[in-house]
Amino acid sequence: MSQSMEQALQEAKAVAKNMRKNILVMTNRAKGGHPGGCLSATDILAVLYKCYMRVDPKNPRWPGRDYFFLSKGHAVPAHYAVLIETGFLSKDELKDFREIEGRLPAYPSCEITPGIDMSSGSLGQGLSVANGTALAAKLNGTDQRAYVMLGDGELHEGQVWEAMMTAAHFKLNNVCAIVDYNKLQLDGSLDEVKTLGDLRAKWDSFGWHTIEIDGHDYEQIYNAFAEAIAFKDGPTAIIAHTIKGKGVSFMEDEVGWHAAAPSDEQLQIALKELS
Amino acid sequence: MMIAPREAYGKALVELGKENKDVVVLDADVAKASMTILFKEVFPERFFDLGIAESDIIGTGAGFAVAGKIPFVNAYANFLLGNGWDQIRISVCYANKNVKIIGHNIGASSGKDGPTHLPLEDIALTRAFPGMTVIEPVDGIEIKKAVKALAQHVGPAYMRVGRLPIPVVTKEDDEFIIGKANTIRSGSDVTIIACGVMVSKALAAAEALSGEGINAEVINMHTIKPLDKEAILKSVEKTGAVVTAEEHTVIGGLGGAVAEFLACTKPLPMKIVGSQDRFGVCGSYEEIHQVLGLTSEKIIEAAKDVIKAKK
Ligand SMILES: Cc1ncc(C[n+]2csc(CCOP(=O)(O)OP(=O)(O)O)c2C)c(N)n1
Repeated sequence: MSQSMEQALQEAKAVAKNMRKNILVMTNRAKGGHPGGCLSATDILAVLYKCYMRVDPKNPRWPGRDYFFLSKGHAVPAHYAVLIETGFLSKDELKDFREIEGRLPAYPSCEITPGIDMSSGSLGQGLSVANGTALAAKLNGTDQRAYVMLGDGELHEGQVWEAMMTAAHFKLNNVCAIVDYNKLQLDGSLDEVKTLGDLRAKWDSFGWHTIEIDGHDYEQIYNAFAEAIAFKDGPTAIIAHTIKGKGVSFMEDEVGWHAAAPSDEQLQIALKELS
Repeated sequence: MMIAPREAYGKALVELGKENKDVVVLDADVAKASMTILFKEVFPERFFDLGIAESDIIGTGAGFAVAGKIPFVNAYANFLLGNGWDQIRISVCYANKNVKIIGHNIGASSGKDGPTHLPLEDIALTRAFPGMTVIEPVDGIEIKKAVKALAQHVGPAYMRVGRLPIPVVTKEDDEFIIGKANTIRSGSDVTIIACGVMVSKALAAAEALSGEGINAEVINMHTIKPLDKEAILKSVEKTGAVVTAEEHTVIGGLGGAVAEFLACTKPLPMKIVGSQDRFGVCGSYEEIHQVLGLTSEKIIEAAKDVIKAKK
């Protein structure tokens, strides 16, 4: 590991720690939200924003920016948390999550929140949007990249597979899809509800460059994004094996934490575990 | 008394499952929210969770219907109608299949989940389809009867089911017939036609109006399509003015249905209470109703306006 990379990853880890705490504070305060799928995505988002995303918090709509789309919109507290760490939002706003006032609605809104480029909350729609921005970047001759994070349950939606073919057909090497492969959805595990089968083989056969990683291993996350940037022949999928609820012992791999808020007492236990 | 429609729905499905072996239940990864989980617990072999795939469950439901089953297909109304639109249009309505489409978390009933999760357009979307029956039971008691009636009714149907508890306004022995409105308060000055949770607000409005010497008739229009035109005519011939109220956009819903009918048959002063061509907000059930103008006060205001316009 080079020294600069090591330092970058240390910073990302610190960011992730704050993110996890803020995700729990937000959901506790709002008495609602989806902590499980936020915590599984946290490490990936921390590395992506700290090491790769070319964005400007002072000018969120800077035309040359990279795009990130949270297709699994219910995990928006994780996105708010990383936007706080990168200066798009302020920590004072945590209290506004799911409230009528403020800039942190229950699901992503590009009309309300700086740093968010597309509203979402209906699963299945993000990869198509990423493809649109990637095609536009090609048209404009810029090197902008489009990142999109998908839930594994979300892959049940047919639109995702339509969009996979689009990205492969147009050789969108500026598209990087990340699957938060935590193996749980709302009603249960994917294998109980509807299995994805050989997920890697599916992406491969759709013409994507596929990388499989441990989504909580910082070096693997870092290297996967680097490999995606270096790969020029088409789109890259990062299948990130993750743990829903990662970092909070009683939430890990528990489907009940898909949509449930920690109580005050649970919040204190969780914050202690994370400190 | 307050009952969450989805709870009454889940229990009613179980009862129906006992009586009718042809009933199958499909869900799209929201069984715990739609309460179809209750059916799954009793009849696991007749329950199918197809994951987050709303277009897929509509088509699969149509297939069950082809094979003679009576499928109840469940998901959040916004996603089910959004993603399943063309499948509902072709495989269910054009094909005239006996599929029961159950839209959950309707109106403002998922509260703080906010705009993406607040379906305010589903009546308009389903009502537009030829052959589709559209129902919104008024409370947790009526929903049990509606579930039974849906199973007996042959043909495509859509039913709205809310998430949060709403007031009960009917009794166990009140009649429920698809396509037949229930007049639950009689009056002579103005007709208030409402559906779903807005019926309780219409009753509150009628009570307040009576204090001012205004007699409002309140109709529970639980079936939005086919519309009970006879009941509407009978009432407005007496009152000469009408207000509708729904937990839905004013475009194309109950108010739209009543207006389309009356404008062509018997034009008279009319106002539509509903969400004014906008998305919802993140808030409590009541907060959202305030923001969208889904209140007794709005009904009262509208009633006074149409009464004034009669003269
Ligand atoms: C189209 C659509 N259908 C249903 C839902 C309701 N819903 C929200 S989250 C969720 C489960 C998501 O599972 P997954 O994609 O695996 O996300 P994760 O486990 O990472 O949280 C469901 C069914 C939705 N938001 N959108």
